[in-house]
Amino acid sequence: MNPDAATIAAGAPIQVDLAPIAEGQDIKVFWRGKPIYISHRTKKQIQEAQSVALSSLPDPQPDSARVKAGHDQWLVVIGICTHLGCIPIAHEGNYDGFFCPCHGSQYDSSGRIRQGPAPANLAVPPYAFLTDTKIQIG
Amino acid sequence: MSGPSDFQPSNPALKWIERRLPIFGLIHSSFVAYPTPRNLNYWWTFGAILSMMLALQILTGVILAMHYTPHADLAFKSVELIVRDVNYGWLLRNMHACGASMFFFAVYIHMFRGLYYGSYKEPREVLWILGVIIYLLMMATGFMGYVLPWGQMSFWGATVITNLFSAVPYFGESIVTLLWGGYSVGNPTLNRFFSLHYLLPFVIAGVVVLHIWALHVAGQNNPAGVEAKTEKDTVPFTPYATIKDAFGVSCFLIFFAWFIFYMPNYLGDADNYIPANPGVTPAHIVPEWYYLPFYAILRSIPNKLAGVVAMFSAIIILCFLPWLDSARTRSSKYRPLAKQFFWIFVVVCILLGYLGSQPPEGIYVIAGRILTVCYFAYFLIVLPLLARIETPRPVPNSIADDVLAKSKGRAATAASVMLAMVVAGSLLVGGTQNAKAEEGGSAPPAQSWSFSGPFGKYDRGSLQRGLKVYKEVCSACHGLSYVAFRNLADAGGPGYSEAQAAAFASEYKIKDGPNDQGEMFERPGRPADYFPSPFPNEQAARVANGGAAPPDLSLITKARSYKRGFPQFVIDFFSQYQEQGPDYVDAILQGFEDKVPAGVTIPEGSYYNKYFPGHAIKMPKPLSDGQVTFDDGSPATVKQYAHDVTTFLMWAAEPHMEERKRIGMQVFFFLVIFAILMYFTKRKVWADAH
Repeated sequence: MNPDAATIAAGAPIQVDLAPIAEGQDIKVFWRGKPIYISHRTKKQIQEAQSVALSSLPDPQPDSARVKAGHDQWLVVIGICTHLGCIPIAHEGNYDGFFCPCHGSQYDSSGRIRQGPAPANLAVPPYAFLTDTKIQIG
Repeated sequence: MSGPSDFQPSNPALKWIERRLPIFGLIHSSFVAYPTPRNLNYWWTFGAILSMMLALQILTGVILAMHYTPHADLAFKSVELIVRDVNYGWLLRNMHACGASMFFFAVYIHMFRGLYYGSYKEPREVLWILGVIIYLLMMATGFMGYVLPWGQMSFWGATVITNLFSAVPYFGESIVTLLWGGYSVGNPTLNRFFSLHYLLPFVIAGVVVLHIWALHVAGQNNPAGVEAKTEKDTVPFTPYATIKDAFGVSCFLIFFAWFIFYMPNYLGDADNYIPANPGVTPAHIVPEWYYLPFYAILRSIPNKLAGVVAMFSAIIILCFLPWLDSARTRSSKYRPLAKQFFWIFVVVCILLGYLGSQPPEGIYVIAGRILTVCYFAYFLIVLPLLARIETPRPVPNSIADDVLAKSKGRAATAASVMLAMVVAGSLLVGGTQNAKAEEGGSAPPAQSWSFSGPFGKYDRGSLQRGLKVYKEVCSACHGLSYVAFRNLADAGGPGYSEAQAAAFASEYKIKDGPNDQGEMFERPGRPADYFPSPFPNEQAARVANGGAAPPDLSLITKARSYKRGFPQFVIDFFSQYQEQGPDYVDAILQGFEDKVPAGVTIPEGSYYNKYFPGHAIKMPKPLSDGQVTFDDGSPATVKQYAHDVTTFLMWAAEPHMEERKRIGMQVFFFLVIFAILMYFTKRKVWADAH
């Protein structure tokens, strides 16, 4: 009952061109049937994500562990609420990040859980920068 | 099943079989001669009701499966086509969908009955545990069945419930992958759920056989809770129990038919008439009403794993009930304290169900926690404690004594309890509707519709005018993809002749092909064609309309709803009000206002609409006075247009409504007479037993 060969093949890595995403914008791509948010964060969002005290977070993780070094402006997260799997809405909630409409979890501009029933931060998918404007997810 | 039978058929052929396979003896001893306590009340007929429901679900389900397509791209449409095109498909589907709710309704009464009269106590522990297993299987079957129509609630319900298993330490993720057959809920998930949904009812049927076997070994419990000792305590199953069950079943069928024919969507969720979309989450994900108490327990615990454990424990704890409650007196009739706590427990369960339907915020979370504690306290503290401190009243010496001492006030109490159950049930259901209504828009005013109520019919003139409004205005952006031109000539529709429908179709250009040259070509429409959609795909529709794709209108009047509030939804159950969708659509069409009220900001490219949730709608005001001319002299006003096009869209969503209500009336007439006959037959049969 594990995924069949075709399903696994369809889940192969995908490449995404970041050049068209302006600062403050974000796009949603699907990989393995999951929505992946790629956000081009503003200076303010980066600032907020880096300056928050780790001890105040339910799932402490520094912003540097959630983005690739030297690519601070790009946040890539799986847009699936860690509570019960709904899709949070970008640019909503009190933390300049994501808001899940199902049970009210709020994530900050680094995709970290700040408020609500979700137990963990939004997951970061495996990805790598091929060039400065191109990433491969998977 | 209660020892070897001495039954001998008189027919030689049957005798021949009986010597080789004593099946007639088995049937005779189990369902004819089998002794049942003579003081059983009507709560005991729910066993027969449940057997009938299981048979009915399997029968309708097997036929539905013949027409259903288990594929993520086709499932939603195939269900719609069952309802629209299959002979009596609407009836099969309503029976199966409402039947699931009725099945759970009956099983809850059956379980509470067992709880009240102590039917789980020695020597019936195994019987009770088999019942809990059946209940668990039912929950799994019901959940997977709800996924099959592949609407929004199906998809997101499946996502939320399968994600519960990710809370399991170490193996969680692999279990979820096994359930999905992929990296998320998708086509493989739908396929395996279909397979299992077909399998599990037969497993249930198998466990039901064991359940009945165990029942016939231990014998039935009874309201007095004392074992049958002599011949005087019992009556043979046939005709006494058979006729009583037949009366109970026919009363239950009347209740069932109320839903099938008049309120088929009362128990459902409007969001499930929107096809599944993995990119959009509904605002409130609410399970079917029968899971709500457990959903409330899940959500009241702040830790994910603990929540899942609590939810499953709430069911598994029932298995240990025979040992948690060690009181020697079975029936709560003779246990003054246990009786009160039982009713408190019933209220706790109903309130938990109500909370499960509410958004998990503020007071609801706190109330949920308190009630969760109450739920478990009943099993873990109250029952063990009562067994030690309570002094029960004396029980009758025998069942025969109980029958003689019985007061005449019994029927009245049974009736009042039944009424309380109905009210409580509708409270639960109404709660669901509460939760799924979106906040942010004013409630649309209730309109008077020609199609409301038990005798409602579509107004032909209104349907024809509505079609004209759709064709000249709405169809520029909105599709109507489940309606074919031939439907315009169907009985119960706009009342066109087949020639008129064909002429109407030929005005459209339909893309067909490929032809012999391998090219697509356009040809005039035929009656069998469906209304063409204005955009080739959702993305094109989105781009052309400022980012918001205009929804297909085939099901719009069933896919939209609004908050009715308490106590309105209880009244709705009796008044058969179910026109939330048309009210909403009509209100949206008339709700545009040029002047945005103070305090509301509308983003660029959106328009203010009084009734739209959030008030900012992407659709510009579609209708204005004088835009469409009617041949029959009806006023060319927005009010008239909105009313007519909504009537037309209601027909598009529910083309067999007139037939449904007509047959419903016949079925009701039949069932009521049948139940009355059954009642008097039962009185006659039981006359010498009292």
